[in-house]
Amino acid sequence: MAASEGALPKEVAVVHEEPRGGLAVAVWATLKRDLVLLLRRRSEVLNPLVFFAIVITLFPIGISPDPALLAAIAPGLLWVAALLAALLSLDSLFRADYDDGSLEQLLLTPQPLALLALAKVAVHWLLTGLPLALMAPVLGIMLALPAGSYLVLAVSLALGSASLSLIGAIGAALTVGLARGGVLLSLLVLPLYIPVLIFGAGAVQAAIFGDGVLAHLAILGALLALALILAPLAIAASLRISING
Amino acid sequence: MWAFINKLRSPKWFYTLSARLQPWFWAAALILIVTGTIWGLAFAPADYQQGDSFRIIYVHVPAAFLAQSIFVSLAVTGLVFMVWKIKIADMAATVMAPLGAAMTFIALFSGAVWGVPTWGTWWMWDARLTSMLILLFLYLGVIALRGAFASRDSASRAASVLAMVGVINIPIIKYSVDWWYTLHQPATFTITGRAAMPAEMWLPLLIMVLGFYSFFIALTLMRTRSEILRRESNKRWVRELAEEAH
Repeated sequence: MAASEGALPKEVAVVHEEPRGGLAVAVWATLKRDLVLLLRRRSEVLNPLVFFAIVITLFPIGISPDPALLAAIAPGLLWVAALLAALLSLDSLFRADYDDGSLEQLLLTPQPLALLALAKVAVHWLLTGLPLALMAPVLGIMLALPAGSYLVLAVSLALGSASLSLIGAIGAALTVGLARGGVLLSLLVLPLYIPVLIFGAGAVQAAIFGDGVLAHLAILGALLALALILAPLAIAASLRISING
Repeated sequence: MWAFINKLRSPKWFYTLSARLQPWFWAAALILIVTGTIWGLAFAPADYQQGDSFRIIYVHVPAAFLAQSIFVSLAVTGLVFMVWKIKIADMAATVMAPLGAAMTFIALFSGAVWGVPTWGTWWMWDARLTSMLILLFLYLGVIALRGAFASRDSASRAASVLAMVGVINIPIIKYSVDWWYTLHQPATFTITGRAAMPAEMWLPLLIMVLGFYSFFIALTLMRTRSEILRRESNKRWVRELAEEAH
């Protein structure tokens, strides 16, 4: 039976199989490509971290070097500075791909754009949000952050910055076609960051006061879950708008 | 239903319909706002604690209602525009956004003026004030994004997406700000007598709210009509209209 029917069924089988493997391959290829590209432009990975350190240095100079005062405001300062550092790096998230046309190729692939965009955002978080979270405890020492809250600071930033990357990517996708979208991007995205900031800084503060931290982290996780579901769809829609315009 | 949606696709049909509706809403707005203002400012009893300063409520609350409703309308018209490509929805969204921002500003400003006699300060990081301020920023973002695009179609779709993203975030922002406020500052000031407001006080308030809504609808109709003329100025029916007027 198999011998008599020849080549045709084989071709059909190939057509059926390709889209299934195609999605995983495409997501993996996007992840790998973006990782390689970003790791080759190291300064782009390092700049947000340097920015974070400089902004944190400005606060004691501008406010007061008094450790007691700094300790009281350190959770908020660290969170706001990390949030701004993550925001600054967002503008370049789709910019290079838009300029060289590879974003259009991404739109033309048969795989769902939302998932490919999610892969790009994941790389952004891996090379911006996560390093910021790991660096924050060191800057916390410099701001006299009370002991016992360092782990919570890093965990809350790691969780929260994933939401920040997802929400911010919507703004980046909306403004990627504009010549000077940088300031506009912050205008669009910052109001949407407020819930993450409240619960992120709240978690660190709760750790200092010895309250339960898990509730804050759980809410941060819930925000991330919501952003994970909804943001990729908005990012995909926004990318389509930016490419057509 | 589908026939109605198809009719909405025609700006000309909307233009003639809104011409008939508009006077009714203007009349309702005028009657309601005048009645509500006179009743609220002159005849409603003074608050036993706040005295006459509570009368700011007759501007403050309707503006705050409208500020929130208009953002929801922006998201709804944005969805309608994105799904059915109905241009009227986008024209309405274009003219509603500045109106919503203005209402948010009025609510914030009247709140600040009200804060001086009741709280003794122009600004407090009160949960409601803070969420209103964030709402104002969201409005400004939508307006700025629409203005940033060279192509009108891209601008319309981008503003629609942002309005929908914003409307999903508004409840999250609202609840997180409430939560933040209770954590940072115990509620020292509560507006007394809100639940137990006598009818002579809340009836004029209701009239003012209805008046503000009528005013919003009338103004939106009027401005959407001029937006139709601006965008369809090269269509034949608009040119014929212009020739008739001459």
